[in-house]
Amino acid sequence: MLKISNLHAAIESVNKPILKGVDLEIGTGEIHAIMGPNGSGKSTLSYVLSGRDGYEVTGGSVDFAGQDLMDMEPEERAAAGLFLAFQYPVEIPGVQTMTFLRTALNEIKKARGEKEIDAVGFLKFVREKCKSLNISDDMMRRAVNVGFSGGEKKRNETLQMAVLEPKLAILDETDSGLDIDALRVVADGVNALRSENRSMLVITHYQRLLDYIVPDKVHVMANGRIVKSGGKELALELEEHGYAQYEAA
Amino acid sequence: MAATVDTVERVESITADKYKYGFVTDIEMESAPIGLSEDIVRFISAKKEEPQWMLDWRLTAYRHWLTMEEPNWAKIGYEPIDYQQTYFFAAPKQKVAPKSLDEVDPELLRTYEKLGIPLKEQEMLAGVVGVAVDAVFDSVSVATTFRAKLEEAGVIFMPISEAIQKHPDLVKKYMGSVVPTTDNYFAALNCAVFTDGSFVYVPKGVHCPMELSTYFRINAQNTGQFERTLIIADDDAYVSYLEGCTAPMRDENQLHAAVVELVLHENAEIKYSTVQNWYPGDEEGKGGIYNFVTKRAKCAGANSKVSWTQVETGSAVTWKYPSCILQGDNSQGEFYSIAITNNMQQADTGTKMIHIGKNTRSRIISKGISAGKAQNTYRGLVKALPRASNARNFTQCDSLLIGDKCGAHTVPYIEISNSTARIEHEATTSKVSEDQLFYCRQRGIPEEEALALIVNGFCKEVLQELPMEFAVEAQKLVAISLEGSVG
Repeated sequence: MLKISNLHAAIESVNKPILKGVDLEIGTGEIHAIMGPNGSGKSTLSYVLSGRDGYEVTGGSVDFAGQDLMDMEPEERAAAGLFLAFQYPVEIPGVQTMTFLRTALNEIKKARGEKEIDAVGFLKFVREKCKSLNISDDMMRRAVNVGFSGGEKKRNETLQMAVLEPKLAILDETDSGLDIDALRVVADGVNALRSENRSMLVITHYQRLLDYIVPDKVHVMANGRIVKSGGKELALELEEHGYAQYEAA
Repeated sequence: MAATVDTVERVESITADKYKYGFVTDIEMESAPIGLSEDIVRFISAKKEEPQWMLDWRLTAYRHWLTMEEPNWAKIGYEPIDYQQTYFFAAPKQKVAPKSLDEVDPELLRTYEKLGIPLKEQEMLAGVVGVAVDAVFDSVSVATTFRAKLEEAGVIFMPISEAIQKHPDLVKKYMGSVVPTTDNYFAALNCAVFTDGSFVYVPKGVHCPMELSTYFRINAQNTGQFERTLIIADDDAYVSYLEGCTAPMRDENQLHAAVVELVLHENAEIKYSTVQNWYPGDEEGKGGIYNFVTKRAKCAGANSKVSWTQVETGSAVTWKYPSCILQGDNSQGEFYSIAITNNMQQADTGTKMIHIGKNTRSRIISKGISAGKAQNTYRGLVKALPRASNARNFTQCDSLLIGDKCGAHTVPYIEISNSTARIEHEATTSKVSEDQLFYCRQRGIPEEEALALIVNGFCKEVLQELPMEFAVEAQKLVAISLEGSVG
């Protein structure tokens, strides 16, 4: 599904290298977690994969379901099935979440040459999604993320993922800003979206998220590289010993 | 209802061309000689076969105009207007005035069809609610629809040139009663040379059965358009009126100086909506309409209510302050505005709320959007006179910037002479952030559609004030006028 080979990237404005040769391969239906200390390049990796402006890819390549990901615009990557759940979801005043999501879904359908969905059909579709995720559909009538609590914002990200049905979802620090109850609700949502056709990349600082979203593989990132990979037990080991041993390297 | 207008349909239907109204109609015209003089004023009056009192009124205004100077306090810069190089009257040539649509030049009908303004009533009836249209082409009204149906309800809706002939008492009584001939430079000019426009009278207790609208089209080259609109809502009357404007793309600037007067008696209500899309000039600022407009409503009767809603996306220069004189006790004035400037456009627009009566209320919601190298100014006056006990005003001015070469300015004036008045003013300035654009794009929405979505969200409070039929059009216009402003 995703194959990252020797990826190098820098912050454009200050010409500062952040990713220094990342290698990672995620198979279809697999869930991988990347853990690492602050400043190790975890969030940069999610931005580079989703195509945010301000980062320059200085080497390496990323293959996503047979396409050269680095060659695509952000909206093309979305249409190809890549979804990023934001660490800090963005507010868009005056734009109903319903309108936003339907626009997004139809733009993606349009890019894929599929038939667009009408307002009535979408309403029905989104209500089912809300129900399956245990989310109240009055969120759909509010402006995108405006006045949402931390938990609501993350639930909205999960709902968007459910609606857009990506092949690969990157969850960037989904646990940040959530108390334990909210975390559980969001994790339940994510788990409900696990499927053999959907891969996930869970980026997190703490092990506790992985108690709820259990990964197939865990990678440790430090200084812009994957320095260790293992099974889910690696997360527990990190929790116990910290990142210091990797940072020194 | 309008708030549910769907964004997706809007985005789908955005056409590729930037200013699709820029075509020229090839039709035989007759014009007054170029330039301005007393003779031209007499020429226009004679063309319209006006009574002596109307000519006298025009000449008084003209003589006063000669003593006035063009105002220069607005934050706009433009090449001086050469009034001697402008045509003040241009009309499609026709031997006799058409009595019905069948007699109107088919070329004109095609023009309006192309602009999306059907003039054939049976085509209009397909919609749920009909809209009566007065179509003004350069200096004359070419067609007014649904007149018979309106007459049944007692509503008079006709070109103002015709009203001068048929309803001289009403015209004499009300014309100039809100905007006097001496009011300001451009209004005085309009009084002298106005050519056509719409006249509406809604009698006592009548709720006008359909939306009224006037569609203004400038076609001829080097020609100014000086329309004049007068709407009177008698006691307990209601009318909703909307106007639209377009012009061909031309390299030289053209002048548009209109006057709109609204008169409201007791318990009357007028909703006045504008979608202004005059040609804005090209990306370098060449060409475009100079839009100098005086619009004012007088809430003469108690409990009357007026609301101005405007979507201003066109014109090279806009100078416009639709105002409310709240004279009747408990009268209300509202001003909802979206002003979008892109490329080299300049807009200095806002409102005046003059509180005279007791318990008068006003509300101002202004949304200014600047992109390219444009300058966008909100200028507004809230004034409460000594007698205006318990006057209330709420003002909200929001500016949105796209890119870093444009400007937004807010210039509020507040003059309060009554200690019980309460005035609130809120203002914000924000930028369309990279974060917002990226968030949309990550969800699959391309950049220009994302921008249109964000800007429409920013304008939502105003868009939902527009009549349904116009809200959809206005949303499209918002998207189109910002094309090319990102990336």
